[in-house]
Amino acid sequence: MTTRMIVDTITDLIDMFDDFLIRALFAGVGVALAAAPLGCFVVWRRMAYFGDATAHAAILGVALSLGFGVSIFLGALGVALAMALTVSNLSERGYGVDTILGVLAHSALAFGLVAVSFLQGVRLDLNAYLFGDILAVSKSDLLVIWSGAALVVGLMIWRWQALLTSTVNRGLAYASGINPKREQQLMTLGLAIVVAVAIKVVGALLIVAMLIIPAAAARAVARSPEAMAFGAAGIGALAAVGGLGMSYQMDTPAGPSIVCAASVLFLAFNLVARVMLKDAR
Amino acid sequence: MPNLRCGCHMRLVTINGLSVKHGNHQALANVALTVDKGEIVTIVGPNGSGKSTLLRCIIGAMTPDSGTILKAAGMRMGYVPQKLAIDATMPLTAARFLSLPKRRDRMHIQEALQQVGADGLQDRPMAGLSGGQFQRVLLARALMDKPDLLILDEPTTGLDQPGSADLYTQIEHVRRDSGAAILMVSHELHVVMSASDRVVCLNGHVCCHGTPEIVASAPEYRALFGTGTHGALALYRHEHDHHHHHDHDDAHDCGHDHGPH
Repeated sequence: MTTRMIVDTITDLIDMFDDFLIRALFAGVGVALAAAPLGCFVVWRRMAYFGDATAHAAILGVALSLGFGVSIFLGALGVALAMALTVSNLSERGYGVDTILGVLAHSALAFGLVAVSFLQGVRLDLNAYLFGDILAVSKSDLLVIWSGAALVVGLMIWRWQALLTSTVNRGLAYASGINPKREQQLMTLGLAIVVAVAIKVVGALLIVAMLIIPAAAARAVARSPEAMAFGAAGIGALAAVGGLGMSYQMDTPAGPSIVCAASVLFLAFNLVARVMLKDAR
Repeated sequence: MPNLRCGCHMRLVTINGLSVKHGNHQALANVALTVDKGEIVTIVGPNGSGKSTLLRCIIGAMTPDSGTILKAAGMRMGYVPQKLAIDATMPLTAARFLSLPKRRDRMHIQEALQQVGADGLQDRPMAGLSGGQFQRVLLARALMDKPDLLILDEPTTGLDQPGSADLYTQIEHVRRDSGAAILMVSHELHVVMSASDRVVCLNGHVCCHGTPEIVASAPEYRALFGTGTHGALALYRHEHDHHHHHDHDDAHDCGHDHGPH
């Protein structure tokens, strides 16, 4: 009897994911949770442009995976990771980071777009990968997104103290027996995973927005690094829900709507912080 | 093992034949240095003389091209970096900073802040601290693990005269209270000469070393820092009658003003 009830409940829960809107919601929230802690580091370490380069490279990954018939997630992950590691290594050798990123990010995007045009027999809506297609997220996509998110959040929790120390000062990290280069590589890996899982949700062009805007909004009210990360997760999730609601009500594109919602929250949090600061004085 | 060379004192660090090249520039050539338990050793030298490079090698942030650095087994190090800029986008209180990378309880944090005369700062954001408060919090963090060796890279950078005098007094108290050895880089020669047990004059290589009196009267030191009596009047000008025994480039050319003010 009881077993039967449990099975029914589970079936009901799984059936819930037959609704595309529910799948979209879970996909958006999953990406927001993974992006939150990583986004904080992108903000603290001033890596916004680095994130952009990684995300743009993912378009090339999409083209390659469609061409060779492998999973888009793996293709995007592979190329994003290759891009991130290349930039990390080149910048350590003293090249101007701005220039490297400018060259590599746009080259990867352009080559990706050109490569897509060569694909024959594949009817490809490029918009889906540039701006996301969250309403088309399948159950297996959802599994990939949540597995990736769990991996990234786990990585962040595991390395949190070491990453924070390395971010504050590399010398302090070394003196405490932490290798800041290794921490940076782990963070780069996390970034590539987030890009790969987020490409279907908000698209390559807006992934960095999901990393930075919730974290920057949380900064306005946070008093500790942890509060900022949790705040970013909450704000990101709220933006996903709000953006999807807006998309559903007004028939706007879902990915950009989520980013719009995040921007509105950013503005609201900053205004609230301003007012509270004035009151405190 | 070199860490117990004699029964009366304990050797914490033994450096031998240390050489580091930055590209074509020989930053350090054949440097030897020892630090014993409880002593204050100060490294002086003009800009670009490899002082920070030497400290970075000791903390493990840099791998030397040749030479050895032996550290006593189980030695704990505390480190105060020369420059530390905390990005304004990171909300970080002094207490949270002291909990990096190891989590500390409130009591422990309060004690460490008291030890450096910075009590009551725990809930203040790092970005809002004055220069002197900031350096004290850095010092407190370096003391959290009760280090055997405290390494300070120009700890008074950016402080005014009274502020830096305060900080040096604090550093002496730390040595007195904890018995930690102190290895620091300093630009303030008058302080160095009064507060150090030993001084190492560095300019890519060790020019001279010994007690402050010996170093102050050494011709190599005078060549680097002027001929003022016992360093107190050192002009921090680098004259060119001093010959270097290795192929140094012009990074430490004369005419630099190394003075604190």
